[in-house]
Amino acid sequence: MLRISQLVKRYGNGEPVLKGLDLEVPGESVVSIIGASGAGKSTLLRCINRLVEPSSGSIELNGVEITTLRREELRRTRRRIGMIFQGFNLVDRLSVMENVQCGRLGYIPYWRAALRRYPQEDIDRAFHLMERVGIAHYADKRADELSGGERQRVGVVRALMQDPDILLADEPTASLDPVTSRQIMELLQKLAAELHLPVLINIHNVGEAREYTERIVGMRFGKLIFDGKPEDLDQDAMDAVYSGTSEDAARQHTPNSEALAT
Amino acid sequence: MKESVADRVWTRYTSRQRWWRFFSFLIIAVGVSWSLGTIDIVWPWVWDAPAQIGDLFRRMVPPDVSNLGTILRVLIETLNIATIATFFAVILSLPVAYIAAQNTTPNRFTLWLGRFILVSSRSVNTLIWALLFVAIFGPGVLAGIVAIMFRSLGFLGKLMGEAIEEIDRRPVEALQATGASRAKVVLYAIVPQVIPTFFAVGILRWDINLRESTVLGLVGAGGIGVILQSAIDTLDWRTVATVLLAILVLVIAGEALAAWLRKKVL
Amino acid sequence: MTQPIPASRRQWRKRPFIANAWLRWGLTIGVLVYAAWAVTSLPFDWARIAAGMERASRIFSGAFPPSFARHELLIEGFLESLKIAILATLLGVGLSIPIAFMAARNIAAVPVYIVGRALIIVARSFHPVIVAILFVKAVGFGPVAGILTLTIYSIGFVAKMLAERIEEIDWGQVEALRSSGAGYIAVLQFAVLPQIMPRQIGLAMYQLDSNLRASAVVGIVGAGGIGATLMNAFGRYDYDFALAITLVIIGVILISEAVSGRMRRMIW
Repeated sequence: MLRISQLVKRYGNGEPVLKGLDLEVPGESVVSIIGASGAGKSTLLRCINRLVEPSSGSIELNGVEITTLRREELRRTRRRIGMIFQGFNLVDRLSVMENVQCGRLGYIPYWRAALRRYPQEDIDRAFHLMERVGIAHYADKRADELSGGERQRVGVVRALMQDPDILLADEPTASLDPVTSRQIMELLQKLAAELHLPVLINIHNVGEAREYTERIVGMRFGKLIFDGKPEDLDQDAMDAVYSGTSEDAARQHTPNSEALAT
Repeated sequence: MKESVADRVWTRYTSRQRWWRFFSFLIIAVGVSWSLGTIDIVWPWVWDAPAQIGDLFRRMVPPDVSNLGTILRVLIETLNIATIATFFAVILSLPVAYIAAQNTTPNRFTLWLGRFILVSSRSVNTLIWALLFVAIFGPGVLAGIVAIMFRSLGFLGKLMGEAIEEIDRRPVEALQATGASRAKVVLYAIVPQVIPTFFAVGILRWDINLRESTVLGLVGAGGIGVILQSAIDTLDWRTVATVLLAILVLVIAGEALAAWLRKKVL
Repeated sequence: MTQPIPASRRQWRKRPFIANAWLRWGLTIGVLVYAAWAVTSLPFDWARIAAGMERASRIFSGAFPPSFARHELLIEGFLESLKIAILATLLGVGLSIPIAFMAARNIAAVPVYIVGRALIIVARSFHPVIVAILFVKAVGFGPVAGILTLTIYSIGFVAKMLAERIEEIDWGQVEALRSSGAGYIAVLQFAVLPQIMPRQIGLAMYQLDSNLRASAVVGIVGAGGIGATLMNAFGRYDYDFALAITLVIIGVILISEAVSGRMRRMIW
C-alpha cells in the first residue's frame, strides 16, 4: 500500500514541480500516470524512492514513512522498490547476468559483488526470471549487444530481482518501437498479476495506458486532475490533462518519435 | 551592380584577416628578434657547431660492444623502473581521480585536495622529482621509481578523473535506486565504464615512462642513464653510441608493444 | 511477493577475460613471476632509505620558506628559457615542414619516406635530456645546446603530427591541380599546404608551450635557461631558492598551458 499526501517538490526557488499531490495505490493495482511533459510525472516517481528529495509532504509505503528515512534505512527501503527506466539504465559493458544481479546488490556482501560470486539462490532466481521474460540465453552477452526490447527486459528482471514490494516504471516504453512497446506493457501487466505487485507506470501513450492498466491518473502542472478507470477517461478528461499543452491528445495515435532514435 | 567587371579587385584576404595576419607576423618577428638580440650566445661557437657535432658522431663509430652485457642488464633495469613505477602510479591514481572528479568527490575539500595533488604532480618534471628523491633516498633505482611515480600520478589521475566525469549517469541512478551502497555503485556502475580508459592511459603512460626512465640516471636515479653519464664523462664515445642504440631499440620496442597492447585491450 | 523458485541449480560464472585457459594462466603466472623478479632484483638499501627520511626533513626545513631574494637570477633564467623556447620552436617548426612532407606516405617516394620516418623516429625516441647532454658536449654549456635540443624535440612531435595530417588530406584538391598542369612544388603549395596550415599553427602553439616546459629540464644538464639556475641552486644546497624556482616554474607552466590552450581553441 503506497500512500502519498501533500507531496511538494520545488527545485531551487522556482515554481514547484509538484504542488501538494495526494495519491493512494492499494495492494495489487497497476496504475498508469499520464500527463504532458513537464507535468511532474517523472519527479513524482523519483520522489517515491528519493532519487529526488521531496520538499515536503509524506510518502508512506506499507506503513513506512519514506521521506524521513536516514541513509542506511533508505537503502534498506530502496531494496524493496523496483524501478524501470526509459533509457533502460543498464551498465553497457557488463554482461546481462551481472546487470540482472545488480538488483541484488543491496542484499549481498561486498566481496560477492566484487568477485561476481553470487549466491546460488540469486542465480536460480535470475535464470527463472530471465526465462520468464525470454532472455535467459543471453546471460553471458554484453548488455550493449542487445536490442532495445531485450534491454528493457533486462531492466525489468533487474527490478524484479530486488524482490520488490512495488514497481515504479518511468516511461518504460518511450524508447521502444510500437510493437516492442506493447510487448513490454503486456509483460508488466502479466508480471504484476503473477507476482501480486502494485505497479506505477509513467506513460506518454494513452492508448497503452487504457489497454494495459486498470486505473489511470492524470497529472497537470504538478497536480492530479484525473483519477479513474480507463473507461472514465473521456474527451473532457483528456482535454483537461493535455489541452493547451504542446502534446495534444492526438499523440495517443502517433508512435513516439523517440522510438525512431533508438 | 554598378562597377564594371574590370574594376573589381580580387584580394586573397579580407582586410580584417589581413590585419590579423600582419599582427601575428609582427608578434612573431618581435619575439624572434628579441630572442636573437638578447640571448647570451657566443656566435663563433654557433658557426663551429656543425663541425663539432660531426666530429662527435665520427668519434662514435664504430660502436664499442665490449660492455654489451652490462648495458643489457641496465637496460632491463630501466624497463623494470618504468614498469614498476607505472604499476604503482596507476593504483595510486585511482583514489586521486575519484576525489578529483566532480561527480564522485565526497565534498569540496576533497575536490580541491585532489586537484592540488594532480596539478603539483603534473607541473614538476620527472627529472626535478628525481633530483629531490636522489637527495632524499640517495642515488639508485628507488629514487627513480618514486620520481616517475610522482610525475605519472598527475597525468593518470587527470585523465582518469576526466573519464569519471564523462560517464553515463543513468546506470548510477539505476543502481542507487536498487538500494546498493555507495561502494557497490562505484564497483558496478562507474568502474566498468572507466575500465577502457584505465587501460588506455596506463599503457600510454608506460610508454612515456620508458622514455623518461632512460634519463633518470643522469641525475643518479638509476637505469641506463647512469652508464650513459659515466661513458660521456670519460669521453668514451664509442660506448656512448652503443648505449644510444640500446635506448633506441628499447624505446621503439616499447612503443610497438604499447600499440599492440592497446589494440588487444580495446 | 516471495514465491517458490524451482531450484534449477544452474551454475553461472563470469566468463573469463581471456577464454583460453592455458593462455590465461600462462599470462597470469608470467606476470606474477615478472613482478616478483623485478621487485627482488632491484637493489634496495633499506638503511639508506631510513636515513633518507631524516634528509628529507632537512631538505624541506631548508626549503621553507622559499627565498625570492635572488629574483634577478630567477627572472634572467626564465627569460633565457623563453628565448630558447621561441627560437627552438621557430627552427623546429620550420624544419618539420620538409621532414613531414618526406614522411607522408601519399606524397613522398618510398626511399624518401623511409628517411623521413627514420628521422622522426630517432628524434622522438631520445629524451630531450639525452640529446641535450650530447649537444652540451659538442657545442659547450649554454643556450645553443638548449636550442638545438629543443629543435630536435620539436621535430619529433610536430613533424610526426603534420605527416599524419598530410596523409589524411583531401586528395581531390591535389588531383584538381595536377589536372590543370601544375608542377610538383605548385601542387604542394596550393593543394597541400592550405589544408595543413591550420593544424600547423595549432601545433606550433602547442610546441612553444611544451618547449618552454622542456627547457626547464634540459637546463639541468647544462643547456641553459631556468633549469641551469635550478641545478645550481640545488648543487649549492640553496634549497629555499630551489623551491622558489620550482614554484615559479609551476606557475609559469600553468599560465602557459592556459594561454596556449585558449589560443588553440581560438584558431581551431
